[in-house]
Amino acid sequence: MARTLKLRIWRGDDKTGGLQDVTVEANHGEVVLDIIHRVQATQMGDLAVRWNCKAGKCGSCSMEINGKPRLACMTQVASYPEDEVITITPLRAFPVIKDLVTDVSFNYKKAMEIPAVVMPEGMKPGEPRMQQVDVERSQEFRKCIECFLCQNTCHVIRDHEENKKSFSGPRFFIRIAELDMHPLDMLRNRKKTAQEEHGLGFCNITKCCTEVCPEHIKITDNAIIPMKERVADEKYDPVRWLGSKIRRREEVL
Amino acid sequence: MATGVFSEGRAKIAQRTLRTDKWWIQPLITVGVLFSFIVYATWRALENAHYYAEPLISPFYSPCLSTTCVSGSSLLGTPFGHILIFGMVLSPAFIILIFPLGFRMTCYYYRKAYFRSFWMSPPACAVAEPHAKYTGETKAPLIVNNGHRYFFYIGLVFNTLLTIDAFLAFKNPEGQWGHMSLGTVVLLLNATFLWGYSASCHSCRHAIGGRLRHFSKHPFRYKAWTIVSKLNTKHQNFAWVSLIWVAFSDFFVRMVSLHPTWNKYFF
Repeated sequence: MARTLKLRIWRGDDKTGGLQDVTVEANHGEVVLDIIHRVQATQMGDLAVRWNCKAGKCGSCSMEINGKPRLACMTQVASYPEDEVITITPLRAFPVIKDLVTDVSFNYKKAMEIPAVVMPEGMKPGEPRMQQVDVERSQEFRKCIECFLCQNTCHVIRDHEENKKSFSGPRFFIRIAELDMHPLDMLRNRKKTAQEEHGLGFCNITKCCTEVCPEHIKITDNAIIPMKERVADEKYDPVRWLGSKIRRREEVL
Repeated sequence: MATGVFSEGRAKIAQRTLRTDKWWIQPLITVGVLFSFIVYATWRALENAHYYAEPLISPFYSPCLSTTCVSGSSLLGTPFGHILIFGMVLSPAFIILIFPLGFRMTCYYYRKAYFRSFWMSPPACAVAEPHAKYTGETKAPLIVNNGHRYFFYIGLVFNTLLTIDAFLAFKNPEGQWGHMSLGTVVLLLNATFLWGYSASCHSCRHAIGGRLRHFSKHPFRYKAWTIVSKLNTKHQNFAWVSLIWVAFSDFFVRMVSLHPTWNKYFF
């Protein structure tokens, strides 16, 4: 059953822009990305939008719908009341390129600053073996589709541009947590760099990253807080620090 | 210079948020409940009376450590004498309340609650905060939040003492064992909720097994970690229930102190 939908779509570039009103037909079962494509095909031929899989797995169509960071391909039109005007804008934490497309290269630069897993010396490809219980923990973090909705909603950089140089954001805290929890990773300074180079201390646990994650990764509870506790072991807990020096607990753990 | 969502290069949108839902309700409720608790707890601590009605003691005053404590209310003795501040006798509640207060102030759940509701940093997701600068928990005083584990350990001592208080409530006012009253139920529930709050704590989860790199080498700690992890998902619920119930327990003991008939005995 079709319904008439009223939209406000942000159009512009990094210099100027504004919300434009559009009225468009929507069919039963359609998602916001379908509607954007219809607008693109019938009314705004030059509307820029980034998309790819239409299945919530590529993380391309991140935008803000009625002010909430969401994937357009996973947002049902039917979830909005019939009389509600749906406002669609680009991500507001990153520079806009055109219309609904933003420049998310900040995230790729931060990704390059995190060293990959360092396997034990002499271990050849194909040799490593891990128990299922050790794999499961980090598998949750591997579900990340890099939509950067968590990065976009994190107020540390969304509301403070100046923090971008010293804060990597929740997506990269789950990456660091995954590596620090890896049983075979030999790089021992991940906690120190998480705090001192990636800005873990900026996070004040407001859990917005977890709220917007389309993969339902418990970013705060399972990655950020455990990393904060691991940092506390080394940096803010003199008893633990002394214990680690005497008993070399890092080897035991 | 414009910053945040109004920074140079970002989409030119005048509003701080375009959210259309009632995002302000949750922080408003949080402020209401926490502010009410703070006002009530401060008033009760200042009142310095009606905190003991044998065998019940208010959790705000347990352990009562001052020589000003009511006779029979000091489980651990009275190492503190009369302490005068601005000519007024310091209430024994103030000697101990810093510890449970510190545990809750540094709690990972309450951090979310008060940063959103009181400090509006941010008030809700994708709602721009009003502050021009933000350094989070990298500097004093908020860097103290990294010491949450110490308050957790001290909290365990308090839980133990409050559990003893609950068992002592199986006495009657004459000091004979084998009785149970409404007050016994109130204090038992208080201890249960506080243990639940502590057991579901993120620092507890870390100490039990979260800090391990090899779960497979520590099967018992892994099992314990999975149990604490399940409780951890309810940490927010335990935080609220235990907070409200500790205030109710105090209120109940106060009322029993004023009107002993309130404490109905089952046997």
